[in-house]
Amino acid sequence: MSLTIGVLAIQGDVLENVLSVKSAIDALDIDGTVTSVKTPDEISKVDGLVIPGGESTTIGQLSVTNGSLNVLKEKIEQGMPVLGICAGMIMLSKTAQDKVVGKIDQPLLDILDIKLERNSFGRQRESFESDISLNSIGIPSFNGVFIRAPSISDVGSDVEVLSKFNEKIVAVRKNNIIGVAFHPELTTDISLHKYFVNLTNTLKN
Amino acid sequence: MLPLSGERVNAKGIISEKLDSLDTIRGSSTLKRGFAHMQKNGVVMDVTNVEQALIAQEAGAVSVMVLDKLPSEVRKAGGVARTASIKIIEEIMDSVTIPVMAKCRIGHVSEALVLQETDVDMIDESEVLTPADELRHIWKWDLTTPVVNGARSLAEALRRIEEGASMIRTKGEPGTGNVAEAITHIKKVNDELRTIKSIYDSGDNQDLVRMAREFKVSYDIVEQTAKLGRLPVVNFAAGGIATPADAAYLMSLGCDGIFVGSGIFSADDAQERANSIVLATTFWNESDKVKEAQKMIDERQSIHGLDVKTLELRMQDRGGSA
Repeated sequence: MSLTIGVLAIQGDVLENVLSVKSAIDALDIDGTVTSVKTPDEISKVDGLVIPGGESTTIGQLSVTNGSLNVLKEKIEQGMPVLGICAGMIMLSKTAQDKVVGKIDQPLLDILDIKLERNSFGRQRESFESDISLNSIGIPSFNGVFIRAPSISDVGSDVEVLSKFNEKIVAVRKNNIIGVAFHPELTTDISLHKYFVNLTNTLKN
Repeated sequence: MLPLSGERVNAKGIISEKLDSLDTIRGSSTLKRGFAHMQKNGVVMDVTNVEQALIAQEAGAVSVMVLDKLPSEVRKAGGVARTASIKIIEEIMDSVTIPVMAKCRIGHVSEALVLQETDVDMIDESEVLTPADELRHIWKWDLTTPVVNGARSLAEALRRIEEGASMIRTKGEPGTGNVAEAITHIKKVNDELRTIKSIYDSGDNQDLVRMAREFKVSYDIVEQTAKLGRLPVVNFAAGGIATPADAAYLMSLGCDGIFVGSGIFSADDAQERANSIVLATTFWNESDKVKEAQKMIDERQSIHGLDVKTLELRMQDRGGSA
């Protein structure tokens, strides 16, 4: 059966992820489509979902407003594969702390047991690119684009660390849930999106 | 994949360094333009103090833009408008988790460097402030912090991108509460994009180079833009947006997001207005949601607004010929 991957289109770089997922589907030669989704109804129809980069406070508040936050949480808990990128990873976490402002009260999916710090590397001027590796999922080298990126200092026992930048954790996985602090959709390297499409395909069939 | 490249060799804004023992670069086009990509489908709100910044964040703004006075107040006050107080910018940076932007005067390199040193997330080289140099804009490739510029036409937009702008917004007519100019500007940009795209598609390079000369930009940037059929950087609407319906309409014209200047905090129902404009920007293509947003505001509390034809000061003309 044909695979449908959604990109959450509340706010952020939606189109960039649609294009990366599309390239990944084509490269893997899988029978599948990618679509941007916004409403609870649209979200309920996808097999896997990318939560893109953007501002987590905006994505959180507006997905509460239109009722999509609950549907998202339910579907992910039922096993829908999800790739959370930067703000998307913040959305997946249980709590978020800001490097400067401290504890923040913002709507989150409350799914991933990680100790997350927002704006962990500093403000935009400190945003950086650096090579990282995700060896455990077969991606030895990846151009990490970190934009006002969050990082993780500690993970729960069921969460696997996929990548670190120095001492900071920048990619994690828990079964069907992947979170990354950097932006694969801003590079031409589609290996991470391919990994996600493959994961969705495997879990569906 | 949208092009984030368009890198300039030896741009001074690019810094290669080791972070602990790892090689990193900062200030690349991917990072500067990429920041703007994270703002897409969002609303940036002009604020003058911490209280307004918190209202903006609570409403779901993707960034705040710090000014000393709102554009409508700048217009009333006359005199010279300069970059905002650094103390207030820093107070706001310490209070909100969303990005903080600030404006510098057109061509004023040192104001931009001061803002970069302050660590604002993006600099707006803005016609709302009094231009420091009518003929020359800042050479933005030398900054590590990304810069957004205003434009009324494709030619202006491409000239700013060639100088290193990481993001474009329409100029509109700031501080008027009148959306007409922003609409005119985005429609003009769209029109001109269609023109160069059709020239590109027809393979008429002779005509494409004519366009480049008319726009006063390089052939390469015209060709790249024509091939894409859109600006090679994120493009927001700005200047005169006052209601949720204003925002929704501009999104429907293909803008990537919205800047609201005086429209929110000059209105008497700022909080509701902030919430409603975010709602209409996010759900611009769902008419029931836009109506719901429009219902949240009271037209009697909108910024009074100005007819552009009667203006003594047209901010949009500033730096436009350069």
